[in-house]
Amino acid sequence: MAYKNYILVCGGTGCESAKADEIYKNLLHEAEAQGVKADVQVVKTGCFGFCEKGPIVKVLPSESFYVEVKPEDAKEIIAEQVVKGREVKRLLYKKDQKTADTVKVEDIEFYQKQFRIVLRNCGVINPESIDEYIARDGYAALEKVLFEMKPEDVIAELKTAGLRGRGGAGFPTWRKWEFSRGPVADQKYVVCNADEGDPGAYMDRSTIEGDPHSVIEAMTICGKTIGATKGYVYIRAEYPLAIDRLKIALQQARDYGLLGKNILGSGFDFDLEIRLGAGAFVCGEETALLQSVEGKRGMPVPRPPFPAVKGLWGKPTVINNVETWANIPVIINKGGAWFAKIGTETSKGTKVFALTGKINNSGLVEVPMGTTLREIIFDIGGGIKGGKKFKGAQTGGPSGGIITSDFLDTPIDYESLTALGSMMGSGGLIVMDEDDCVVNISKFYMEFCVDESCGKCSPCRVGTNQMHAILEKITDGKGTREDLAKLHKIGAAMKKAALCGLGQTAPNPTLSTIKYFEKEYLEHIDELKCVAGKCKKLVVFEVIPEKCIGCGLCARRCPVNCIAGEKKQPHVIDKMKCIKCGECFSACKFGAIVKK
Amino acid sequence: MAKMTLEQLRKLREDKKQDLTRREVEGKEIQIIVGMGTCGIAAGAKQTFDEIVKAVDEYGLGADVIIRQTGCMGLCYVEPTVEVVMPGMPTVIYGKMTQETAKELVRKHLVEKSLLENHIFDRPAADIVKK
Repeated sequence: MAYKNYILVCGGTGCESAKADEIYKNLLHEAEAQGVKADVQVVKTGCFGFCEKGPIVKVLPSESFYVEVKPEDAKEIIAEQVVKGREVKRLLYKKDQKTADTVKVEDIEFYQKQFRIVLRNCGVINPESIDEYIARDGYAALEKVLFEMKPEDVIAELKTAGLRGRGGAGFPTWRKWEFSRGPVADQKYVVCNADEGDPGAYMDRSTIEGDPHSVIEAMTICGKTIGATKGYVYIRAEYPLAIDRLKIALQQARDYGLLGKNILGSGFDFDLEIRLGAGAFVCGEETALLQSVEGKRGMPVPRPPFPAVKGLWGKPTVINNVETWANIPVIINKGGAWFAKIGTETSKGTKVFALTGKINNSGLVEVPMGTTLREIIFDIGGGIKGGKKFKGAQTGGPSGGIITSDFLDTPIDYESLTALGSMMGSGGLIVMDEDDCVVNISKFYMEFCVDESCGKCSPCRVGTNQMHAILEKITDGKGTREDLAKLHKIGAAMKKAALCGLGQTAPNPTLSTIKYFEKEYLEHIDELKCVAGKCKKLVVFEVIPEKCIGCGLCARRCPVNCIAGEKKQPHVIDKMKCIKCGECFSACKFGAIVKK
Repeated sequence: MAKMTLEQLRKLREDKKQDLTRREVEGKEIQIIVGMGTCGIAAGAKQTFDEIVKAVDEYGLGADVIIRQTGCMGLCYVEPTVEVVMPGMPTVIYGKMTQETAKELVRKHLVEKSLLENHIFDRPAADIVKK
């Protein structure tokens, strides 16, 4: 069917929560009501990535890029665009609200430096339609692997490509596959790690939501290559939309004979099952994940033996994360040499980052490896919110570290991030500004690790608790200089002795911030001062009498009624009663309240 | 749908590719722009548009052509108007493009790469603006 217009509505979790589904339904309803049902196809797609401005609606062929659309706008979009052929100007993306100049899609800076391999179909196809995936060369890689390539060719292609695991440590994917292909076993397994647990990371969720078939196809390719007939997708139960779409995709693939017995008549059998995780962070660690798939408590086991040799139920198991899988069909289709041209010397291809925190354009971005943090944060991300000063960027979640402004121009790859005391991790990128206190942030991540430590090994169970207690002491203004030395000592021990990656990397946020922000730690310890004003026990709010006009706004906002004063007379804060919530500080229009 | 063979999958991919490439804009170099102001619609631009969509499909050009709508081009006396932008060909505005002549336009201009006589009109304001 040929249509005059195609309306793509973002169906990612972010936009769905901002009523994208209602927009979609209204568009369908309006198209019918206004008698243009046959002229327009309304498609719900995966994430466009530009989550900051969601819900996103894109109209083709005019390439109208509508942002922050509301359900009630559907009527106007249909009436103007489909019936009359005019863009709805007020909804178009504008770079600057004041000048109101609209920007063409190809000129939106957010998209300019991006290069989409993993997210190739996100925001383009309907993830609930296997036909649309197939139309975009879907399952063509599987065809090749089933009928044209030998298993060793597939592995050679991955080796040429230089693809490394996107889940954290960056282990070469081809080697994992090779390890599992070698041994003879009556059963082998393929596992997808979709247990994305880093705070602020959501690229795996969005990939499955927007393009579930890419993962299914890749896992089937792996099955054929290593000789496995069974696979599991381990996904956390908090991702209901991703799970729904994955279930639909699995059923469609089975109906088409792309999963199951005798795939495409090749004689090869393969099927996938979904395993829901209960949301424990440690289950993202591969050995713990496999335990959980087996129905046991999710706790890591010592490596070696590595899962590639002895994994699920003691059988060779290839386990890769979602983003790694999504790369594979493209590598098979376009060739490893094509893929290897993208990226840096040691890190090939692209990386998806989830940009969050104090940044103007939060969202999902995919850039070639070797892109600098400055390009990601300032060009794509549009810089820091409210024109504030950049302080640092946290990568790798609770396993990573903070990168400071001195290193903004470092090309990002696995090695460079590790050298900076951080790590690639899964790709969460949390931007911090001058209002964030690094000691407080390290405390937050350590608290996360205390909660999520499985408790099996003492370096992690005890270490995280001790480090957290010391950090708490410092933020309470009771820290000493010896505490910093202790943090170093405990951290070093954990790095060496902890059983799994979680424990080994848990000290990273603390150690990297001590390295780059030692001054701030020392201010907390020696001067009992928190410049960012985040450590409540160290902050004092005061009224500057000369500036206070006595409007009483702060007193009305104060939740504990600790501000007193006559009308038009300077007010006073009762420091004993003050809970340091900061309400008065943000309420005052005259800058008469200071944080010390 | 029942389980597929390799051939069936390949055929399905070709079929669906046609559907999907119609939606895409990237890589398409030929543009057909139909004037859909009130004047155009009153003169039958909608039917013309449908006919063009159909014709482009029939000639198998779906992957190369973007068919857009625009507002009034200022040639209200010869509506419906259609502008064709195509590499290797001059950009031309055709007037009086009724449903009947639409297919002829696609055949002549896009397939045979020659102009459709008696339907060519100047853009009224562009020349003045350029000067």
